[in-house]
Amino acid sequence: MSFITRGFSGRSRDRDERLPPGQTLVSDFPVLSAGPTPEVDTADWEFTIRTEAGVHRWNWDEFMALKIDDVDTDIHCVTHWSKLGTNWRGVSLDTLFEDVETEQEYVMAHSYGGYTTNVPLDELLDGKAWVAFEFDGEPLDPEHGGPARLLVPHLYFWKSAKWVHGLVMMDQDEPGFWEQNGYHIHGDPWKEERYW
Amino acid sequence: MSDATTSQVTALGAALQSVPRSGWHAATVAAVHRETPNASRLELDVDGWPGNAAGQHLDVRLTAPDGYTATRSYSIASSGSSTRVVLAVDKLPDGEVSPYLVDDVRAGDMLEVHGPLGAFFVWAPAAQTGDRRPVQLIAGGSGVVPLFAMASAHAEADDPTPFRLLYSVRTPDDVYFSEELRGLSDASAPLRLDFVYTRRTPDGWPAPAGRITREALEAAVIPAADRPRVYVCGSTGFVELVADWLVGLGHDPRSVRTERYGGT
Repeated sequence: MSFITRGFSGRSRDRDERLPPGQTLVSDFPVLSAGPTPEVDTADWEFTIRTEAGVHRWNWDEFMALKIDDVDTDIHCVTHWSKLGTNWRGVSLDTLFEDVETEQEYVMAHSYGGYTTNVPLDELLDGKAWVAFEFDGEPLDPEHGGPARLLVPHLYFWKSAKWVHGLVMMDQDEPGFWEQNGYHIHGDPWKEERYW
Repeated sequence: MSDATTSQVTALGAALQSVPRSGWHAATVAAVHRETPNASRLELDVDGWPGNAAGQHLDVRLTAPDGYTATRSYSIASSGSSTRVVLAVDKLPDGEVSPYLVDDVRAGDMLEVHGPLGAFFVWAPAAQTGDRRPVQLIAGGSGVVPLFAMASAHAEADDPTPFRLLYSVRTPDDVYFSEELRGLSDASAPLRLDFVYTRRTPDGWPAPAGRITREALEAAVIPAADRPRVYVCGSTGFVELVADWLVGLGHDPRSVRTERYGGT
């Protein structure tokens, strides 16, 4: 079903091929959050990966001592905005999972403040995801997820959990917060996997 | 429906099961009128609309003659089982879709909508949810739209839950649903209205125009000790400020739900 709306002409015809369907380019950085921004001090910050075998932990200093990547990527929010060529610094999930042995194939990301989101493990590895702590050369703002957020740019941006605190491995895929509240379980912007 | 979607629905609580499924629908503009100098109210007749909860939103898709499309999300000002859906759209400078919806659209025009969307920033009467905690609504500008839907649903259900709406708005002329809000505050379901005017106040208003302060917020919201559920909707700057203050005033962050309108 699609029909022309009388009187609508729209603006730009030279659509950027990097823009997934239904997305609009923005120059600012909108925010999508379900509640207040939690205050997280790097002195108390901890990142964990919990598997069937146990827990791996990093405090802020240990985390910052890991190999750090520069990441240039496009990001796409389910609320129809995209930013192209954004610049981040963070630790690759490949680095964080280097010494992690697990048979479990699904991940629930948990955040300070209680937010959760689910991602299959194979969509976090092989250079597809980071825990990012810098945006455009500056420490990540709290409203954008600072001190550190997950960065999974090939999925809609609600999967890039702000204020990330840890990953819990799961045997089966289970819905996280937005996935229980109306958003798609997977969230591929190129397939427009926005809603249930 | 995919398997993933099925298992997702199964994982939800019974309360969420009542939220209708979303999908694309053809909508006909039934009426349009100027809401404020910068906004229009659109009444849409939506073919096959399954009804919506108070606070939900939808996507509007416009298609140009050459096939070019533009999609934006808008909060819904109405709720319930009706296929008549009410939007109130603010015209954004440099906007692509909102200037069309505010200035150009007219009765009889057709557009596509996808929804209803969102199962978190919603309110339902205590008779359905069993939640009898008081409700504080806090709106910045056009962020009042989903909160108006909640206050209307509250009055419609004659719900005894204490409601309070704090509405920060530029001038008296910029108030959305001005008459309807007055009517709601006179209804038997308890609703108290508080306004903050940021640019110009009505004549004789006791406070000067200006941005909301922490003190003004504290004076105009249900105290944290009464454990209200709080819904905040507005620009990102407004929501960040207010939500931080609420947490500072002792409100449980888990009881504060926020929604922001983006920059497009």
